[in-house]
Amino acid sequence: MTENKKIEYVSYLDHKGKYKGLLSWIMATDHKRIGLLYMYAIMTFFFIGAFLGLLMKIELIAPGETIMKPQTYNGIFTLHGILMIFMVVIPGLSAVFGNFFLPILIGAKDVAFPKLNRLSWWIFIAGSIMAIASQLLKNGPPDSGWTFYAPYSTTTGTNVIMATSAAFVLGFSSILTGLNFIVTIHQMRAPGMKFFNMPLFPWALYATAWIQLLATPIIGITLLMLIAERLFGIGFFNPDLGGDPLLFQHLFWIYSHPAVYVMILPAMGVITEIIPTFCQRQIYGYKAIAISSLAIAGVGFLVWGHHMFTSGMSDQARWFFSLLTFIVAVPSAIKVFNWIATMYNGSIDVKPPFLYALSFIFLFTIGGTTGLLLGSVATNVQVHDTAFVVAHFHYIIFGGMGFAFFAAIHYWLPKMYGRMYNFKRAYIAWGINFVGFNLLYFPQFIIGIEGMPRRYFDYPAQFQPAQIVSSIGGFILIFGLILMVYNLVQGARKGEVAPANPWHGSTLEWQIPSPPSLENFDEAPVIKANPYDYQ
Amino acid sequence: MSEYKIHIEEHRDDEASKLGMWLFIFTELLLFGGLFLVYSIFRMEYPKAFHESSLELSVTIGAINTIVLLFSSMTIAMALTAMQKNNQKLALIFIGITLFCAAVFLFNKYFEWGHKIEHGLYPGSTLMPLLDRGHLLYFSLYFFMTGLHALHIIIGMTLLIVCFFKVKSKNINHQDYVLLENGALYWHLVDLIWIFLFPLMYLIS
Repeated sequence: MTENKKIEYVSYLDHKGKYKGLLSWIMATDHKRIGLLYMYAIMTFFFIGAFLGLLMKIELIAPGETIMKPQTYNGIFTLHGILMIFMVVIPGLSAVFGNFFLPILIGAKDVAFPKLNRLSWWIFIAGSIMAIASQLLKNGPPDSGWTFYAPYSTTTGTNVIMATSAAFVLGFSSILTGLNFIVTIHQMRAPGMKFFNMPLFPWALYATAWIQLLATPIIGITLLMLIAERLFGIGFFNPDLGGDPLLFQHLFWIYSHPAVYVMILPAMGVITEIIPTFCQRQIYGYKAIAISSLAIAGVGFLVWGHHMFTSGMSDQARWFFSLLTFIVAVPSAIKVFNWIATMYNGSIDVKPPFLYALSFIFLFTIGGTTGLLLGSVATNVQVHDTAFVVAHFHYIIFGGMGFAFFAAIHYWLPKMYGRMYNFKRAYIAWGINFVGFNLLYFPQFIIGIEGMPRRYFDYPAQFQPAQIVSSIGGFILIFGLILMVYNLVQGARKGEVAPANPWHGSTLEWQIPSPPSLENFDEAPVIKANPYDYQ
Repeated sequence: MSEYKIHIEEHRDDEASKLGMWLFIFTELLLFGGLFLVYSIFRMEYPKAFHESSLELSVTIGAINTIVLLFSSMTIAMALTAMQKNNQKLALIFIGITLFCAAVFLFNKYFEWGHKIEHGLYPGSTLMPLLDRGHLLYFSLYFFMTGLHALHIIIGMTLLIVCFFKVKSKNINHQDYVLLENGALYWHLVDLIWIFLFPLMYLIS
């Protein structure tokens, strides 16, 4: 290869390496292949998780026992949480699209540590296998909820140790990915690309990576303590043995609240890429968006206490955490205003990725403003641990991160596979998803305020109409998701061949052939000072 | 162009490797940071019991172990300098001494733990639940923290053994010694954590 003056273009999908067949994927160190591997795994887990969610919706269609016993319901919402949080939304965007596009967006040939990247993927799969095993082993599926609150989690007879070990292992994978991305962004940027010449998705990934790196060890040690407590009867969190259950909640949320930003920050980054492309307009407030990512990451570390307003904290702690929670809403709102300002006077082209991006803004705004209701101490006491929280959380995480994931897939699929999906089906699937989503979750705001608790398998008859609407929404949403994935798979396999730059994007990934070659850039890329220059 | 290619195939970025190691060290510090937090909360809650329990530990063994670890930190730094000056033999000797110190540390720890276990002071024993809560938590934390630290000693030793053989086979040489440098960094971390553990467990009373 070194002798050829001009390197022949071979896409990364056709590249012949040391290994063949399946091994060429399992042993791959190419960041693009690893990104795809994550995507296949995560989509699989997502559908398992969504199916479990649907089972819960069926159970809740009528008061009393409908299709399952209470203990089964406890196991199902726990597994739904573990799968969706630790195996889908936390790795989701950064492991899939971060791996695939971070090096390309900064003009690099790969991440800084390709072998470590492969190791993170293996660890991720190992952790996932453990999480699924925890459901099948003989003591029965864990029933503590994904939050593993002590002291119940230290005393229940179910497979909590296996599930927490799985979360520990998955956290390790997350740390290594974050570490890899930080070093990549510091060391691998193409010559001439300074931090403020980077597109904004890498900025979001950078902020995310720091959270992954600094917050995950805390959950690691907490879960280790929980495991030790179960194995040896140490009483860190059990009041009978002198421990403090509130301590567990603090340690848990010191990680798990920043983890929410691990989920949503890359989503915001994706939206920031999509909106200028489909408006053909320079992003409004580049620096404000870049710095607000870091601000969210920074302040996000200090707000965990708002999960515990009713757990018995001092008044000072409560108003302090409440204040910080309001402050963290500011940089998020800055981003929303900047996206909308970018659209103003742009030549808007409503293609499927843009539709998903728009619905992201809509759903995220609903989720965000209802979050303020939860962040304020007085109203929190009313809606704490109700369906209102469930609705808020799903508006942020599914309506936010999930829809951003769909936006990203529709945006980048032609680059990843060199083929285009069917637009008409994509529009229909989007419509079904959007309607189904709102039917599924909006009623839960209402019954939440009326007092429907979360994680209950039974409820008084007065909530039934809303529950039925919600369950119908669940069915509609699942149908839309299946249609969407069918359309994407068809597109990736035998869609029309896509041009290198179907959306007239200006960032680096659109300047190279689709699908990219093994080393992304066969010639050194031209770096523009402004990544969103649509002249 | 051809020069550009060759550069890529031999891509090596020592700066990146070191940055990666430092970031990893941050995560390790935070891992123990969580434990220090738990320690300080329980110390505040049960000051008397923590004081009494800490008298049970032998400050002498702890001090010896501290000196051994500090000394080993010095020898691994000397091994690195020797490597940079292309003195392979001296580097091997210093890595050897470091590994020996690590073994001495674990040997002492073994006897210290053995002594406690003999008295039934270990998590899961029949005696422990009979102690009052402060003592119970102190000894639980003692085993948990020193146990996790010992695990890190073993990981560090494994890393240094790998370095030893790589120096021997000249895979680590005076031009490419970043692995040894990272191994040494990790060893300093293990040392640093002990520097915090020693006063927390043995000295403050």
